[in-house]
Amino acid sequence: MTVETTTAGILGLIAVMTAVTLVTRFGGVFLMSFVTINPRIESFINTMASSVLIAIIVPMAFSGDVGALAALVVTAILMLTLKKPLPAIAAGMAAAGLVRYVGFTVF
Amino acid sequence: MNVTTYSYRFQPGKVRYEFFRLLPISLFVVAFGAAFGLAAVQKGLEPLQAILMSTTVFAGASQFAAVDMWGSEVSLIPLMAVVFAINSRHLLMGASLYPMLREMPPGRRYGLLLFLTDANWAVSAQEYQSGKHNLEVILGGGLAIWLAWIFGTWLGVYFGGLLQDPKSLGLDMVLGCFLLAMALGGNKSPRILVAWTIAAVSSLAAWKWLPPHTHVVVGALAGGAVGFFWLEKKPHNNTGNANAEGEGSS
Repeated sequence: MTVETTTAGILGLIAVMTAVTLVTRFGGVFLMSFVTINPRIESFINTMASSVLIAIIVPMAFSGDVGALAALVVTAILMLTLKKPLPAIAAGMAAAGLVRYVGFTVF
Repeated sequence: MNVTTYSYRFQPGKVRYEFFRLLPISLFVVAFGAAFGLAAVQKGLEPLQAILMSTTVFAGASQFAAVDMWGSEVSLIPLMAVVFAINSRHLLMGASLYPMLREMPPGRRYGLLLFLTDANWAVSAQEYQSGKHNLEVILGGGLAIWLAWIFGTWLGVYFGGLLQDPKSLGLDMVLGCFLLAMALGGNKSPRILVAWTIAAVSSLAAWKWLPPHTHVVVGALAGGAVGFFWLEKKPHNNTGNANAEGEGSS
């Protein structure tokens, strides 16, 4: 089924996207309301939470360019040593910019 | 379930604090919003339609993917599938906040979830690991990011990309670096490290071999499975490394 991108069509598509996204925002909490929280579920939730971050970042590191990889590596090193997020993030972005700048002048 | 009392004490003052705390990262969200606004009008959306989409959908990666599928016609089911797949991480993010969210009435609970997005969730989830209950950041931080996303889209549709090449400044990496910093700032027990390894390997495998946009959910569930089968001995003792290593300093 296709929708023509007339004004009404586009508004309909935006409404559909909004609804689908709302289902994802509400769905996890809605389903959890049927689950009894015991230590095992709590442990699952807590490990899953930080695993979400890892599962976003690791493929990003592998699919991106050298600049992306440099940004993540520098952020990781500074975060583990300084334990301060803002300097770690700033240095990570600077590393991406620097690596890309150097890369552009070489080729 | 019979009579329920909701024990979460929501502090309005803290909402304002969290709004300003996430304001720096929101500045970068403005840049992404501008990039989205530009992409949307280039694909034929009217400026107001792009702004409406950012206002109501408020999920950047899925919006970029959606306008990528734009043409004179859009296939509805593939669009819904892509938006659902990219945003399915919200299901897990929401679920991970449930132990706190169940302490508030359903109306407020789902109202807060309207503002659920990666950055404010990452802060809340990370603080929960260290025993702090912070749902205020979902609202305050979420508002900051939402307004920045709308403002950025507005800039993008009317003024084009703010920067010639945001990648040259590393701007595309700000969210990745932010999420990584949040992950590494949390506790790192052997159990968590094993979970992360499993999550990393599974997400990479899913990214390589499974349908697109499934890797976050696959990796997160695989990591969560480690927690399901490997329980911490004392779940409420997160006060750090009070074990044999402590003798090292003399």
